[in-house]
Amino acid sequence: MLRTIRVGIALVLPALIVTVFYVQKIAAQAFPRMSTAASMDQLILTLAEEERDLVEKAVFDLGNLGDAKLLPTLEALREGSLYLWIKSDGTRRVVIGRESIVRDEVSGFLVLKAYGADPISGSDGAPLFLPEERLESIRISRRLRIKITPLLNRLRLFSPEAVIRESAATKVGLSGNHEALPLLSKALAKEKDRWVRFALTEAIGLVRLRDADPAVRKAAAETLGQIHAMDSVPTLEARIEVDASGVSEETDIAVKAAVTEAIQKIKAWEVWTRTVETIFSGISLSSILLLVALGLAITFGLMGVINMAHGELMMLGAYTTYIIQEFFVAYLPANIRDFYFILAIPFAFAVSALFGYCLEKSIIKKLYGRPLETLLATWGISLILQQAVRQVFGAANVDVASPAWLSGGLRLAVGIQFPFNRIFIIFLSLFAVGSVYFLVLRSPIGLKIRAVTQNRSMSACMGIATERVDALTFALGAGLAGMAGAALTLIGNVGPDLGQNYIVDSFLVVVTGGVGKIAGTVGAAFGIGGLNKLLEPGFGAIYAKVLILLIVILFLQKRPSGLFPDKGRSIDL
Amino acid sequence: MKKDKTTTKSRKETLLWALLLCSVWIVLLLMNTLPPKDSFFYLTDFNLNTAGKYMAYAILALGIDLLWGYTGILSLGQGIFFGLGAYCMGMHLMLSIGGEGAYQSELPDFMVWNQLEALPFFWKPFDSFVFSMLAVVFVPGFFAFVFGFLTFRSRIKGVYFSIITQALALTVWLLFNQNTMNLGGTNGLTDFKSILGFSLGEASTQRMLFVATGVCLVLAFLLCRYITESRLGKVLIAIRDNEGRIRFSGYSASQYKLFVFVISAALAGIAGALYVPQVGIITPGQIGVLPSIEMIVWVAVGGRGTLIGAILGAVGVNWARSFLTSNYPDLWLYFLGALFVGVVLYFPKGMWEVSARIKALFSRRFKKQGFVEH
Repeated sequence: MLRTIRVGIALVLPALIVTVFYVQKIAAQAFPRMSTAASMDQLILTLAEEERDLVEKAVFDLGNLGDAKLLPTLEALREGSLYLWIKSDGTRRVVIGRESIVRDEVSGFLVLKAYGADPISGSDGAPLFLPEERLESIRISRRLRIKITPLLNRLRLFSPEAVIRESAATKVGLSGNHEALPLLSKALAKEKDRWVRFALTEAIGLVRLRDADPAVRKAAAETLGQIHAMDSVPTLEARIEVDASGVSEETDIAVKAAVTEAIQKIKAWEVWTRTVETIFSGISLSSILLLVALGLAITFGLMGVINMAHGELMMLGAYTTYIIQEFFVAYLPANIRDFYFILAIPFAFAVSALFGYCLEKSIIKKLYGRPLETLLATWGISLILQQAVRQVFGAANVDVASPAWLSGGLRLAVGIQFPFNRIFIIFLSLFAVGSVYFLVLRSPIGLKIRAVTQNRSMSACMGIATERVDALTFALGAGLAGMAGAALTLIGNVGPDLGQNYIVDSFLVVVTGGVGKIAGTVGAAFGIGGLNKLLEPGFGAIYAKVLILLIVILFLQKRPSGLFPDKGRSIDL
Repeated sequence: MKKDKTTTKSRKETLLWALLLCSVWIVLLLMNTLPPKDSFFYLTDFNLNTAGKYMAYAILALGIDLLWGYTGILSLGQGIFFGLGAYCMGMHLMLSIGGEGAYQSELPDFMVWNQLEALPFFWKPFDSFVFSMLAVVFVPGFFAFVFGFLTFRSRIKGVYFSIITQALALTVWLLFNQNTMNLGGTNGLTDFKSILGFSLGEASTQRMLFVATGVCLVLAFLLCRYITESRLGKVLIAIRDNEGRIRFSGYSASQYKLFVFVISAALAGIAGALYVPQVGIITPGQIGVLPSIEMIVWVAVGGRGTLIGAILGAVGVNWARSFLTSNYPDLWLYFLGALFVGVVLYFPKGMWEVSARIKALFSRRFKKQGFVEH
């Protein structure tokens, strides 16, 4: 009897298992969509259950489905804006209620579908409004809320936006959770974007670094080294770090060697990228200095006017940009809002140039040939301008948002990224130098400007309206300052003391470059900017500045009249 | 040497001005001590202290006038030398606090915050009062000597010199703001308790400091007068008016300029040292680019190349500053800016010019009348 039962069980059980297995498989093949859809809805409904274990399991199952449309669901669950809606016929449905509104003196929500967060339309086709009393809030424990966060990152791996996918991949990788591996592989298989693929590969490598199999770990370390995964250095170092008792987390010798090699490879790459970045930031700073100093070189070099209000003219340009931005925000549709910046540059030029023109006509005109006096008078003007701006716009910085098309950067390789706004400024300053070059050296008005610079009375005799030329030249210098100010809104704060931060540096550039020499100004800007970035890592920003001043003073020992002095026998008596 | 008439006249003038200066501060001092407190003539301790501060500024202005008004060198970095003198004095005062600070430590309080174990080496000699007093003169002097030697030698002059000194002011300001310099960072040096054992909170100590400032001011004035009235002074004026020609005449213009630059730096240092115990605090904010160029306007307003004008300008502008910043804080920068523009455009010789023009106005009126009668 006992024997028959045993045999029976032995025969029936495998058969039963096989049958169940096949039935399941056939069912899954026959109704693939229905079954996942059904289980998805089921899982979402489970979130509303009382039983905590059930809810937690459902959350994890949802998270591991790798469906970006579930992201709003889990986010809503975490925020507490997920609701259970029991319809009048007794069916239950989970919905998202994000926007709380009041309609007919009843407060409630415009509800969204839990899956995908699309609006639910009511019988009349309009978004469905449900009063609060018909909804039951789904609350979860604090413990579960903490656990949801990594799941959200896993779901974000499938977000339609590359930036989100990339940052999610990095986060998942750094968490090193082994459960995420299938999802990472799945995401990598689908991924087309180069940088997201990189982040995913890095993440997989980081996760596999904790694999039980030494061979997998070794391969992972090698991959990380090969792709120069800089973010993974701390994890790699932690693997082989020896603790107090002389034991490291990694025990296998071959893996240890692979990890060490990977670290070395990444570090060598880091040195390389840092060099490239330093060169780029040097060029970037130089172009900023050049842009700022160019207008100064014109007023100082060609006219002998020390314009201490140059910085404040820049500030005017920056505030013009701010005003144009505010105008766009207030009066124009959102989709062209980002193009305010294109309009802002010529406007900033015009406003500052106009101000400069008036300044020349009223004050500077009377001070030609007395450079020290122009210095003092323009300093006074700068104080007045600063205080005026402070009273009109407030002492605090105003908010100028960089246009979206200038955010982000150009990525050339792992760890080398050139921000678009810096690139823009480099091109803008090149453009400015080019136009000034043509204007001063190749155009009829430039000829007049140079003639007045060289011999005022003779030019006047030849019929050049010297006063007009003076005013226009000064306006040009001022306009360039305004343009520089508009460009500076991309990289710095816009406040009443914006100009003060640049004025001393830019004067140093002009003095080093030599008066009246555009080539000298360019050379000095690149010399000082490059030197600054070269010294900064070793000495710190402040001491680098001190050193640069010393270098400039010593340089002027050798060449007192700048980089490219006039050849000739003239001497100022 | 035979004394000619002009020398005797200028000596008389010098003495007259010096006596006038003396009598002004002595009268102020007497107004503080003699009359009863409710009297109209009574000068409060606070006002006396403020006057002392202005007089310290006036010493600095004398140096600027010597440099700018007589020699034509516009230095936008006088704040540095003022700051060097002030910090030398401040360091001595910090050390004389001893263990009475908030942390009962032998180290100054800010060093305790910065978790310093021992006194930095360059602080140590400032324990001695004599050393500190010498440092007040010689540290700015030496600094000016090195900087001036480099710049004048390569004939950096005019606006170039101004711009380089302004850059210097900016860098020194940045340096003094650094906590790693061990000079108190942005907060500077403050909370002084006593000088030579006398409590700084006492009115009598402040009065003594006032007297010291007054004496220094008169001595500085006499020194400047002596320089400008001597043959050296004539060379300085010649450098201002035509440096090339003075060089061709066989004078080493750069040496003269260096001399004046060092003297003016030392005067600025002394001014700083007198300023600190009276005001009770020195921070990098008081020595940067903006304060340095503001010092220029004192002399410009008073009238350059007159010495007395520099003193009047320093006192006048600072009085206006105190008045405006306490009553109409928004107006001060407008006023200062307008002062720069107005002085440069309309009164290049400052207040002297104002009085001269008023005189001219009257005399023209007389002349006109005379013409009509004729």
